[in-house]
Amino acid sequence: MSPLKISWKSLWSKPLSAALNIMLIAFGTGILTILLLASTQISDKLENNAKDIDVVVGAKGSPLQLILSSIYYIDFPTGNIPLKEAMELAHNPLVKRAAPLALGDNYNGVRIVGTDSNFVRIYGLKVAAGKFWQKDFETTIGSAVAKAEKLKIGDHFYGAHGLTGSTDVHKSHQYTVNGILEPQGNVTDNLILTNVGSVWKMHEEHDHHHEETEQPKELTSLLIQYRSPMSVAMFPRMVNETTNMQAAAPAQESTRLFSLIGVGVDTLQWFAVLIMLIAAISVFVNLYNSLKERSYDLAIMRILGASKTKLFVIVIAEGIMLTVVGTLLGVLLGHLVLQIIGSYQESGQAKLSGLVFMNKELYLFVAGLMIGIFAAIIPAVQAYRSNISKILSKN
Amino acid sequence: MISLKSVSHSYATGKTIGFKDWTIGHGEQWLLLGDSGSGKTTLLHILTGILKPTQGEVKINDTSIYGLSPKALDQFRGRNIGIIFQRPHLIKSLSIAENLSLAPQFAKLPVNEARIEEVLSSLGIAEKRNAYPNELSQGQLQRVSIARAVINKPELLIADEPTSSLDDKNAHAVLELLLKQSGINQATLVIATHDKRVKDAFKNTYQLS
Repeated sequence: MSPLKISWKSLWSKPLSAALNIMLIAFGTGILTILLLASTQISDKLENNAKDIDVVVGAKGSPLQLILSSIYYIDFPTGNIPLKEAMELAHNPLVKRAAPLALGDNYNGVRIVGTDSNFVRIYGLKVAAGKFWQKDFETTIGSAVAKAEKLKIGDHFYGAHGLTGSTDVHKSHQYTVNGILEPQGNVTDNLILTNVGSVWKMHEEHDHHHEETEQPKELTSLLIQYRSPMSVAMFPRMVNETTNMQAAAPAQESTRLFSLIGVGVDTLQWFAVLIMLIAAISVFVNLYNSLKERSYDLAIMRILGASKTKLFVIVIAEGIMLTVVGTLLGVLLGHLVLQIIGSYQESGQAKLSGLVFMNKELYLFVAGLMIGIFAAIIPAVQAYRSNISKILSKN
Repeated sequence: MISLKSVSHSYATGKTIGFKDWTIGHGEQWLLLGDSGSGKTTLLHILTGILKPTQGEVKINDTSIYGLSPKALDQFRGRNIGIIFQRPHLIKSLSIAENLSLAPQFAKLPVNEARIEEVLSSLGIAEKRNAYPNELSQGQLQRVSIARAVINKPELLIADEPTSSLDDKNAHAVLELLLKQSGINQATLVIATHDKRVKDAFKNTYQLS
């Protein structure tokens, strides 16, 4: 019967209040764990997707919208840009590499992206099976698409007009799966890649039904890698001032996006800290009250030969046990909830996982330990200083 | 042998009680008599080593107990003094056997399961070893507290009003057990009481005035 076991048994002699305290701590820690994991994973994903792209050129409008549509494939594009002007920019000496994007169609919600081999080089794509697209209507699909849509090499499918929905299907041409990409861990896992010409042809046919005019060829946007750091200062200004297009930097816009989400994260964080604080007070009140009831018990322990230090250890161990058990449960709960959220998420682009553990979580344990000590220190000192003769003579 | 020499204690209120010298031989059985307020509890606490007297010396087996460091005194008390209170005061969250094992544990003695068994059976409550205090009757609990007091084979066994909350039958039984246990364990016995039913069983009395 070590002091720790005495503490443990004493806690469980009042299971309800022990459970309440553990629950409070667990909720606080759980929320903190979820916030920590989710915000890290989201910002990692955001960065990972934009990692090698210095700037995106597209139609004028919201720069954030341009980045969302051309880097993360989640919003609608800002509009189209003329092919001729885009190509002039692509051959600008400040530009090392430029990949055109032609968006507009989807297959069961998966975006079909018309682009060229520059896209492959920017993202460093490799095929796991088959090969890259070459001719019109040949496609190479992301690993997650192959899995989710059960597409194999040689399969055919029809694209539908728009970025979501499959009401307006382009029945005139069918796409063929020519290759499947290796999993990249970024947005390309969820794309269908083809050449720009396929996207144009699809829409020429489509448009001919409505109006009999030949339209000038257009792109949605250009993904650009700079030739040198010097371009950072010059290129966006040149685009914004001298052309009818805009240049937006993914790094800048993701930071802005994340700072918008950050407000919510901060609020939740303070909420969690508040819960932890309440938990600390609750543990304190619980120990303090139980100490009053148990002062006789503790005096008896002294009579039996326990030293003052031992009583101190017994009481402080109760506080630490409550908070450490609570923290442990909270961290597990956080991971579990995040995994459940992740499994319900449809888009794979920012899929959250609860199976990732981070070093920062160790700080949560340290915090739990500190709260336990903080809440138990006063009752423990009281136990240490209690005058047993006085307690026993009161009877 | 236990001796009390020129001991007096001053209370926080300023009142001072002097105790006459007292020498108790090994294995003797004593009654400590006195009305409430006469300093009975104070003297017991001084004897037990939990209340340092303002003056005087308490010796148990040639150890001047208030000359020990607080930690050494705690351990000395755990090993050499067994105490029985008016009410049993067991630790509710622990089973009977666990309560009994606390005594050797805190005194830093090895826990001997056979000894626990032996003491419980000599008090007729062996079958309660895994029960919890709230499952036992008052009489049974008082037996357990006697068991806890004698388990380390102490030199001195002190009982503070052990019978005053019990009816005649139980008071008699507890007294019998105390006398018997102090004999079995060769412990000196001091019973503090104002209970007249107890008086006849003792020839040695220390009267507080």
